Amino acid sequence: MTSLEVTLMFVKIGIVLLGLLVTVPIMLFVERRGSALIQNRLGPNRMGPFGLFQAACDVIKFIFKEDRAPGHVNKFYYTIAPWIAVIPAFMTFAVIPFAGSLTIDGTETHFQIANLDVGVLYCFSVASLGVYGIIMAGWSSNNKYSLLGALRSSAQMISYELTLGLSIIGLMMVFQSVKLGDIAAAQGETLMQLGPVSIPKWGVFIQPVGFILFLVSMFAETNRLPFDLPEGESELIAGYHLEYGSMRFALFMMAEFVNMAVASGLITTLFFGGWQLLPGFATLVHLIQGMGLLQNDGLVLVLFQGMSFVIKLAFWMWFFVWVRWTLPRFRFDQLMNFGWKVLFPLGLINIFVTGILIYKGVL
Amino acid sequence: MLAQRKPGFWNRIYLVEVIRGLSITMKNFLFHKKVTLQFPEQRRDYSTKFRGQHYIKSVNGVENCTACMLCPTVCPAECIHIVAGEREDKEKYPVKFEIDSLRCCFCGMCEEACPKDAIKLSNIYEMSQQNRTVYEKDFLLEQRGNK
Repeated sequence: MTSLEVTLMFVKIGIVLLGLLVTVPIMLFVERRGSALIQNRLGPNRMGPFGLFQAACDVIKFIFKEDRAPGHVNKFYYTIAPWIAVIPAFMTFAVIPFAGSLTIDGTETHFQIANLDVGVLYCFSVASLGVYGIIMAGWSSNNKYSLLGALRSSAQMISYELTLGLSIIGLMMVFQSVKLGDIAAAQGETLMQLGPVSIPKWGVFIQPVGFILFLVSMFAETNRLPFDLPEGESELIAGYHLEYGSMRFALFMMAEFVNMAVASGLITTLFFGGWQLLPGFATLVHLIQGMGLLQNDGLVLVLFQGMSFVIKLAFWMWFFVWVRWTLPRFRFDQLMNFGWKVLFPLGLINIFVTGILIYKGVL
Repeated sequence: MLAQRKPGFWNRIYLVEVIRGLSITMKNFLFHKKVTLQFPEQRRDYSTKFRGQHYIKSVNGVENCTACMLCPTVCPAECIHIVAGEREDKEKYPVKFEIDSLRCCFCGMCEEACPKDAIKLSNIYEMSQQNRTVYEKDFLLEQRGNK
């Protein structure tokens, strides 16, 4: 490894880590303000322009609060549970590509921390570690509501992981790869030409059913409404993080938001072309490259690819918030019925139909 | 009567209904008038019949009250305490007139019972205080929120 490669690696890790850490307060703000506006309220609007500094105030409040553990908890597991929830959430983003490749002094770098051969499978395996944090928190809190929340969460996550896995098998069959970098790159091709509009080969156009299954099970995986049974306020008070306060509680919030970011990143990468340029951006890139402001033409392209990725990611993050304030919570038996009797068979049928279509040479 | 309505095909498929719901929330998000009142800058206008903080009406600096004791008698919360006295010209007047604002239930019966139109409830509704406040006579005689 040359020193340039090492430097680039640190730059990439820095970008991803900082990006994710910045996402959390932004999402806190969007969640509060968005929910308020959807419910015809105004929401927090006193701190700074449009209440933008409210997120900073929340963070400062969390940091300076007394970090107190109740006497009846199992101290060891109680302390490590929030970390076990947070760390896998950050780890998952390592394989998601956020821009194309750039050549500097003859070395080509891919904007992805690790281009693992197992790709998506790594995402799912690490993401499923997050459930341990929740179970530990629920059990060590020594509280019936927490325990029930943790139990629900584990049952729900395990059930929906199955659908999650099945929903993208069709996509892997079409792109013949599980590497996220390859899948994102392959989506740059044109699927069909409708007059002046060319439809790109995005996953959502090839696998619409797979996309819906993936989206629904991602909502269940991230414990967001309409599947937020682990923390169902009306019946479980707050579920697994009931006994937590101050920064430890904030860590669970952080895990939830980072999980959302990862889910949005995966949806973007698998089904919406990842870092592929948004329509109209290609002309902009040509315009700026023509002006010759930057020495390296590839840098402009990479910047716009990164921007496309962030815009798509932001849309899906907003979609998570949007759905949360639209749909009511499922009942637990409805959730299980939905997962096992509707989504699971649909996933199998999707794989079957995709197989036939590939055999016939349509896809 | 329990009407059994079978959900149609599109209802059971959820997706169309979910998209309709999303469009409704988006409409609210973008266009709907927000109902929040920004309190210290904007204040709500209450009805003129609203029963808020008490005051004793006075004419030319002399209170209308003649300490007839009708209001403490009618008061269901027993929050009015009057000590009657006599002026130089043999006219009866309240030496002490206290209203325990925490006991008061703002029913307005004192206002109805008063024959001299003396005790009144104003429109003032911001009455938060840091101690257990008893409104003294001097406080009540300030003609705030005069109707």
